Amino acid sequence: MPDTAMALTSNAGRFRAFWRQLDWPLRVALAMLVIFVFVAIFGPWISPYDPLQGSLRARLAPPVWQEGGSWAHIFGTDRLGRDILSRIIAGARISLTVCVIVIALAGAVGTAVGTAAGYFGGWTDRILMRLVDLALSFPVILLALLLGAISGPSFTNIIIVISLVLWSQYARMARGETLKIRNEDYVDLARTSGLSDFRIIWRHILPNIAPSLIVIATLQVGIVIVLEASLSFLGVGVPPPAPSWGSMVADGRSYITSAWWLCMVPGLAILFTVMAVNLVGDALADRINPALRGRNI
Amino acid sequence: MLKIIATRVIEAFIALLLMSIVIFLLSRLTGDPIALLLGDGATDADKIAMAQELGLDRPLPVQYLNFLGNALTGDFGQSVTAGKQPALDLVLSRLPASLSLAGVALIFTLIIGIVFGVLASVTRNSPIDVAARLIALVGQSVPSFWLGIVLMYIFAVQLRLLPTSGYGRPEHYILPAATLGLFTLAAITRLVRSSMLEALGSEYIKLARVKGLSESIVIWKHALANSLIPVITFMGTFFAVMITGAVIVETVFSWPGIGRLAYESILSRDFPVVQTVVLVITSLFIIANLLVDILYIVVDPRMRSRG
Repeated sequence: MPDTAMALTSNAGRFRAFWRQLDWPLRVALAMLVIFVFVAIFGPWISPYDPLQGSLRARLAPPVWQEGGSWAHIFGTDRLGRDILSRIIAGARISLTVCVIVIALAGAVGTAVGTAAGYFGGWTDRILMRLVDLALSFPVILLALLLGAISGPSFTNIIIVISLVLWSQYARMARGETLKIRNEDYVDLARTSGLSDFRIIWRHILPNIAPSLIVIATLQVGIVIVLEASLSFLGVGVPPPAPSWGSMVADGRSYITSAWWLCMVPGLAILFTVMAVNLVGDALADRINPALRGRNI
Repeated sequence: MLKIIATRVIEAFIALLLMSIVIFLLSRLTGDPIALLLGDGATDADKIAMAQELGLDRPLPVQYLNFLGNALTGDFGQSVTAGKQPALDLVLSRLPASLSLAGVALIFTLIIGIVFGVLASVTRNSPIDVAARLIALVGQSVPSFWLGIVLMYIFAVQLRLLPTSGYGRPEHYILPAATLGLFTLAAITRLVRSSMLEALGSEYIKLARVKGLSESIVIWKHALANSLIPVITFMGTFFAVMITGAVIVETVFSWPGIGRLAYESILSRDFPVVQTVVLVITSLFIIANLLVDILYIVVDPRMRSRG
């Protein structure tokens, strides 16, 4: 028992020391990210109403700070009388789910392609990098629209499409970093000791290039959130009635003169979340690999 | 130098060719064009006749060569919805609106971004620097579809200063160009600021100062010249961002460009137009990237001696 108590205080102490060296925007950003993740995970238990069920008596209720608003619906209700706050909470869950799946998928594919290209070189490199160039030059939003129009908006489509956009960044980074270290002594040693190429990449190259890839993953979270919202706004993202923040803005667009909060609240949710993610991503990039700062677009 | 440029040109051609295969396959995988053209009441005999007429009964490689041959002569088929207009004519007629919008946005973002980035780096941690960093942060975080709606609400609906939509007069450009350009403005400001900070701490700038050059020449000539190289490297990306952003911005502001045409033709399943739009946009991408590569080789002396 004393042992765990000691560990706890030392952890708390370490956290306090870490917290103290951050400037205030970064503290706000970290706090917002924690809220975002918390809300996304525990949404169904903390949401005040069912995000999909409206009550027709409470249609287009204004938010609490507007005249006629009430604490019953803090951010008001939409045209079907659904509670906006509950829909924002459900939208956070959608955003986070898409982020996690897309970044895992794009990261895995991109890293595999990039390390293979960098490690083997020659024709493997040339062909794989042409593929990366092709992926970079394809107008992906059009691909998303095309897929969405053919098979209808679906969760799977949006994941495939956004992953198609983002894997190439990992491939480029992984290739460059692999090129830097593939002739290091420890890699040569592993090779002469008869390890297979796969094991060399997995055990000796991947751990060394991982920090740069983690920075890219962090910097991509914001891009994924905005892309998902944009595609849902255009009607080819997360299918209705699931409340994606993007489709909520699209829903509110025709009420902009009479009920501006329908657009404003989900838009601000996107803006604040992405700003927080970007601030944290920049700080992480500064710490791990300063060369990446400002180079990510 | 010529050799590198020649290699780039050949690579661009190969990329275009690959892209045409991708687009061809996508358009064939995306449902049965015959069922789409004939509608539900067609008999099997009608379908076979139609397939023969369009050459769809032949093997895929032959179909592809036909498609490529037609594409090279500018024949992309006819629009299904817009009164049998040739697809290429339709796309080309919408091109000037998109290019002028992207051009206006790009020129303004370049000027403002460079000036802002330089001022921020010279007056580090001053109010200008803080403002520049704030704009960079917000600009890279705000979703453009929402920004467009917000700007429209503030400047057109509430203040009645600018039109909500329309095309032709200078004031029509302001809101769409601002929406389209903010992301790039943020990116350029960040790039210029960080590479200027790097340059200002370097040896050759110290030398220039020791030589007694005036501060404005040191900053705007010597430091900036080197700081612009990363901006040039990213010009291709900026162009790509603008073309992609055009689909959203043109849809929000009802701008008569190829972005909105792409969106509308995909929703109405006008596949000849879709094919053409995607091919035209990817060609623009590839050409822009080629020009950037060449510009880069010409500007950076280190690239000239290579190869």
